[in-house]
Amino acid sequence: MIEVKNIHKYFGENYVLKGISATFREGVCNLIIGGSGSGKTTLLKCMVGLHEPEEGSVIYDSRDFTRMNFESRIEIRTEIGMLFQGSALFDSMTVEENIMFPLNMFTEQSRKEKRERANFCLERVNLAGKNLLFPAELSGGMKKRVGIARAIAMNPKYLFVDEPNSGLDPKTSIVIDELIQELTEEYNSTTVIVTHDMNSVMGIGENIIFLHQGEKWWEGSNKEIAHTDNKELNEFVFASKFMESAKAKF
Amino acid sequence: MIFHPLGKYILLLKAAFRRPEKWNIYRKEIFKEMNYIGVGSLGIIAIISVFLGAVTTVQTAFQLVSDLIPKSVIGGIVRDSSILELSPTISAIVLAGKVGSSVASQIGTMRVTEQIDALEIMGINSPGYLILPKIIGAVTTIPLLVIISISLSIMGGYLAGTASGAVSSQDFINGLTTDFIPFTFTVSMVKSVIFAFIIVTVSAYQGFYTNGGALEVGQSSTKAVVISCIMILFSDYVIAQLLL
Repeated sequence: MIEVKNIHKYFGENYVLKGISATFREGVCNLIIGGSGSGKTTLLKCMVGLHEPEEGSVIYDSRDFTRMNFESRIEIRTEIGMLFQGSALFDSMTVEENIMFPLNMFTEQSRKEKRERANFCLERVNLAGKNLLFPAELSGGMKKRVGIARAIAMNPKYLFVDEPNSGLDPKTSIVIDELIQELTEEYNSTTVIVTHDMNSVMGIGENIIFLHQGEKWWEGSNKEIAHTDNKELNEFVFASKFMESAKAKF
Repeated sequence: MIFHPLGKYILLLKAAFRRPEKWNIYRKEIFKEMNYIGVGSLGIIAIISVFLGAVTTVQTAFQLVSDLIPKSVIGGIVRDSSILELSPTISAIVLAGKVGSSVASQIGTMRVTEQIDALEIMGINSPGYLILPKIIGAVTTIPLLVIISISLSIMGGYLAGTASGAVSSQDFINGLTTDFIPFTFTVSMVKSVIFAFIIVTVSAYQGFYTNGGALEVGQSSTKAVVISCIMILFSDYVIAQLLL
């Protein structure tokens, strides 16, 4: 479980996060949603330590991440897996080397064990046999799946996913969403997903936090989201005519 | 104004020299960088060095119009200018263009494509992993390149001098082997180590703090070369003032 308490973040004059508090449960997909510029990616980056919040704390299972120095954070970081918006695969390494990289850095496993783990992760994301390809040789969806394979290589307790569906066709988006949900259940991980894709929200949003202008505006599940009377959330979720017309079915 | 980037540069270096997570991973990276910086730059250094020596010989001969000055002086001038100035400084400026721009654009691209963020999330000290092997690779191979450059520059001077008839083979070798001060070689090596450090760290700094996209990566790369060249020439003066 991850708790964020009263997170404030500024960039110069720009007040991005205004005292966000939330709890992200383990074994479920926790979604952070909101419009562009609402602060969702900044919140995610504060949670993983890529940004330092001006105020507030991020607590991983009773361990206060924000109060730790670089060395103390390493233990928690090795329990974190993250899929980036652009996959962030290392260009100079093959698919297999990308997946083995955290294992090389933080484990004493033999080369055979690491290779077996890489093969297992690739099979898990339906990319068996693609070990020797370079990121430049992969499609967008394949890159995302390799990114997921790298993220799960160390059996993460906490899985962070930034915009998993950006740049993907609807069918591949659903495949990625389902894969993330399966892995969350399989590893009982605390999964935090930043998205503005409504298919993801309705499909895997077991715990949803809606941010609006840097504040937490609403919290609930995908079952509750269609029936809320929150004006800003309704404007966000049912922005398209298609969603508006489909509202009655939810 | 200048203190903010200077402070960031020093903090980046401090992070780069933090104890590595796993030495054997770093060792592989160091050898990779030594191969890229050292072996990869051998061709261009060889070409410029031969021509530097040749031009120095021809131009020195052109200026020595007095019969009172022996032609053997040309050999000594080519030797000393190659050791003290031409090989370390011109090689460093050429390497700032080749290696510096590559380091800045490589690290800058990793920054804008979130690869550096990915390293940080994994718990890897990204300045250490990305910059330290490059520093070690450069400070070990660039002095070797300078030694090769000195040898080829003198050889180029000899060939140009004898081929053009500006100086005889005997005179050139006499000049080359007379009044050699070994300390000039020490100065040359000190320069090459410091220049190597400047090229890699300034370029890595520019790449590491790139913000934006492809355009900014290009700008970082250009800034890396310009600032490296200025810093090389400035430190060249300081070293000459302090050591000679």
